[in-house]
Amino acid sequence: MESINNIELKDEIFERVGVDKELSEHLEKPSLTYWADVWRRFKEDKLAIFGLILLSIIILTILIGPTLSGHDYQLINASIKDQSPSAEHWFGTDDMGRDIFTRCCYGGRISIIIGLICTAVMFIIGSSLGAIAGLKGGWVDNLIMRIVEIVGNLPYLVIVVILTMVMGRSVFAIVLAMSITSWTGTTRMVRGQILQLREYDYIEAARALGADTKRIIMKHLLPNTLGIIMVSITMSVPGFIFGEAFLSFVGLGVRPPKTSWGALASAGQQKLLFYPHELFFPCLMIVLTVLAFHLVGDGLSDALDPKLRK
Amino acid sequence: MEKTNRETLIEVKNLKKYFKIKRNVFVQAVDDVTFDIYKGETLGLVGESGCGKTTCGKTILGLYDATDGKVIFNGIDVHSLTPEEKKDFTKKAQIIFQDPYSSLNPRMTVGDIIGEGIDIHGLYKNKEREEKIFELLYTVGLNREHINRFPHEFSGGQRQRIGIARALAIEPNFIVCDEPVSALDVSIQAQIVNLLMDLQREKGLTYLFIAHDLSMIKYISDRVGVMYVGNLVELTTSKELYKNPLHPYTQALLSAIPIPDPKMEREKKRIPIKGEIPSTINPPIGCRFASRCKYVMDICKEAMPKLVEVDKGHFVACYLHHKEKAN
Amino acid sequence: MKRDKILDVKNLNVSFKTYAGVVQAVRGVDFYLKEGETLAIVGESGCGKTVTVKTIMGLLPEEQAIVNRDEGKIDFKGEDLLKYDDTKMTTIRGRRISMIFQDPMTSLNPTMKIGDQIAENIIIHERKSKDEARKDALNMLKLVNIPNAEERINQYPFEFSGGMRQRVMIAMALACSPEILIADEPTTALDVTIQAQIMELIGELQEKTNTSVILVTHDLGVVASVAHRIHVMYAGQIIEKGTVDEIFYSPKHPYTFALLRSVPKLSDDKQNRLYSIAGTPPDLINPPKGCPFAARCEFAMKVCRIKQPEVTSFGKTHESYCWLHHPKADKNEVPEILLRERVI
Repeated sequence: MESINNIELKDEIFERVGVDKELSEHLEKPSLTYWADVWRRFKEDKLAIFGLILLSIIILTILIGPTLSGHDYQLINASIKDQSPSAEHWFGTDDMGRDIFTRCCYGGRISIIIGLICTAVMFIIGSSLGAIAGLKGGWVDNLIMRIVEIVGNLPYLVIVVILTMVMGRSVFAIVLAMSITSWTGTTRMVRGQILQLREYDYIEAARALGADTKRIIMKHLLPNTLGIIMVSITMSVPGFIFGEAFLSFVGLGVRPPKTSWGALASAGQQKLLFYPHELFFPCLMIVLTVLAFHLVGDGLSDALDPKLRK
Repeated sequence: MEKTNRETLIEVKNLKKYFKIKRNVFVQAVDDVTFDIYKGETLGLVGESGCGKTTCGKTILGLYDATDGKVIFNGIDVHSLTPEEKKDFTKKAQIIFQDPYSSLNPRMTVGDIIGEGIDIHGLYKNKEREEKIFELLYTVGLNREHINRFPHEFSGGQRQRIGIARALAIEPNFIVCDEPVSALDVSIQAQIVNLLMDLQREKGLTYLFIAHDLSMIKYISDRVGVMYVGNLVELTTSKELYKNPLHPYTQALLSAIPIPDPKMEREKKRIPIKGEIPSTINPPIGCRFASRCKYVMDICKEAMPKLVEVDKGHFVACYLHHKEKAN
Repeated sequence: MKRDKILDVKNLNVSFKTYAGVVQAVRGVDFYLKEGETLAIVGESGCGKTVTVKTIMGLLPEEQAIVNRDEGKIDFKGEDLLKYDDTKMTTIRGRRISMIFQDPMTSLNPTMKIGDQIAENIIIHERKSKDEARKDALNMLKLVNIPNAEERINQYPFEFSGGMRQRVMIAMALACSPEILIADEPTTALDVTIQAQIMELIGELQEKTNTSVILVTHDLGVVASVAHRIHVMYAGQIIEKGTVDEIFYSPKHPYTFALLRSVPKLSDDKQNRLYSIAGTPPDLINPPKGCPFAARCEFAMKVCRIKQPEVTSFGKTHESYCWLHHPKADKNEVPEILLRERVI
């Protein structure tokens, strides 16, 4: 600083140089793509990062857990039934002597897969109908929104019970039962987003350039709704995991020998007074997974909010 | 004087654009507007917010369907084109928007934004496409390095120049400039206006320049149309309009321009307009300015005055001047 | 007429923390405001003019803004506002210094009647009864020329047009007879015909109530008729100060000159090219070490890029920060108006 302020005002530094074109259009800030910018803000959120790490640990455990523990999830051994957690059986054993940790891993696979499939179905149906309704408008919009209202008002539990009774208690039946009424919220959300985005000048600019509907959806509308959809996805998965757990708990879930967190909790619940660990560990897994998804979702929605951009 | 027998590029004939809000309730955004745009000229459209000038511009481009009336562009009717013809028409007529923030897709790079028209019409590919984009960046005064950046990294003026480059990419001969400078800072406004005027000279472009800033309109336009609540109330050369404004609304509008000169500003007499702008939902039957006009006559409230040529090339929709002519 | 200084801002620095670095929004701003005068602060968006007045009001977001509270000073009749905390500022804000904003729609509560909104301010600050406050509110509405004030007082903001809403904002700001009124771009969102009316109103009220006014705007044309003195800001610094006539008829900084010349006059036509400034203002994360305008200035010399210009005075009220006025400067082709000694 000193040297700058003490520059001698010699004649030659008063030479005319004029406009510096390069510098006058210079951009100081580093270039960041949209998702790099989202990731930058996501990283700053400690809780969200914690959620992401927790989620990774859970998924990793579910995948390699059975190999680590060395037990088979269906092997019945009456001699070691209802044992408390130990070095051999980390989460203890159940009333048929099966290793609860291994069962939690297998159950977790089913639970999370059901959560993901249901979410995927919900979003594929929900966002395509929402996009069509928002873009086309008029009678198409009216028709779709009336269907949304009717489906949204069907009693969810009754449908689930009827479907599982008709189709049997398979994973497919559960997925179908849970996703058949779930997409209405997504349709409303996507339609709202599209209606909002449609007002932006860049959509009009694209139309003025001769872009067709397909291009406008793929290049302009979809990339700009993706953020909101992603948040909604992370927030929906735990809902379905809970849903499956509830169905299993009331006896409408997957049929043995298959298992899920809900089915495990349901089995453990009968022994709550004597062997509380049999209920505790499946519940812990559910709670941790749901918590992790929510933390990530919250972090994402903050990171994606343009108003919070600094 | 200089503009006689000029070739007409666009004829706007009794154009109407109503927006339906409820059953039998319409916003009459543009109501029976007729004018021509000559090849190579800049026609200015001026008026206060909500007067329908932007709707008029977008309807001329076919971005809105016309409720009634016609727009003839080089002999073709803009509102009765097949999808194929319409796509072809977009190559000839483009638009530049007011808000440099909402007019650029935040998820696309500058290169993709500028190249969008090229991609849609399949004009250039790969290397050629990139060269063309570099050339456009240079034309609007941006650097090559900006091609991979995203809109939010630029200032308002730079974004507006990106919007101009996007419109230029497919080499149109007519551009609707919808308030291209009103969202920008003063020092940047001159940059954009100069750029638009240079481009016009080089490429022989025709502009429809929409703005609410009268001094800017007067500066950039050859002829100026004044709009009020969906009607065109006066249309003449920009010199004539400022020297000899005939419509009482034009007179009031002119007197309201702030002059960047303290002495003149202190001495200036303003023609105040009383009352508020009538709504476009159920506009008055007669002249829409009647409720605020100090020269109002009975006839003004009964029927809408037609746009009549009272002097060579000077059109006005006001009974005050129609009478003069009759007498 | 000798007037006292009512506000004296000394060496104000404000920065904002962002992910990309610290933005030095206001860099060493000095100015004063006299009783009963109108001072206009003119500059482009991002030049720090709004940040400056928000600092005076104590309205900056606390987590991000860094203000040099120790070295800087905002002297308001002997009280240093920079040393005040938020609770102490509430006794000043809205009562002794009030502010009107650019967008009159977002500044009004949409669910509250206009009269109640004005009265609320009076009840809080002046501890009057509800009836008295409403009576005051009605008088304020009449003062700002709102027709049918008796009826209008019971209406909601959406029933008012943009110009009328800005009038309500002014009524609200003046309800407690503040000593200083800060108007931040009060006419930018309005149409030309309304703009003129609002500026006239501010001028009239200022004469009537003898309030001191700070007018923040980007448009020199708007302030020509109402301001007494003008400060031109660029990249966080005041680069020229002077009376209205000095700034308009004898600008001494190339930026002021460019601002004046880049607006088309009614006498101009298409043949004369508008004077334009190339490029964009510098990013204040890493402000240039020399004159901030150097990169865009066609008269820039080497010295401009490396050293901040010193102040040159042209009479009592006129100051400019530019190297062109140095005796050694290259004055070739510099417009005569920039170099003229004194004209007025």
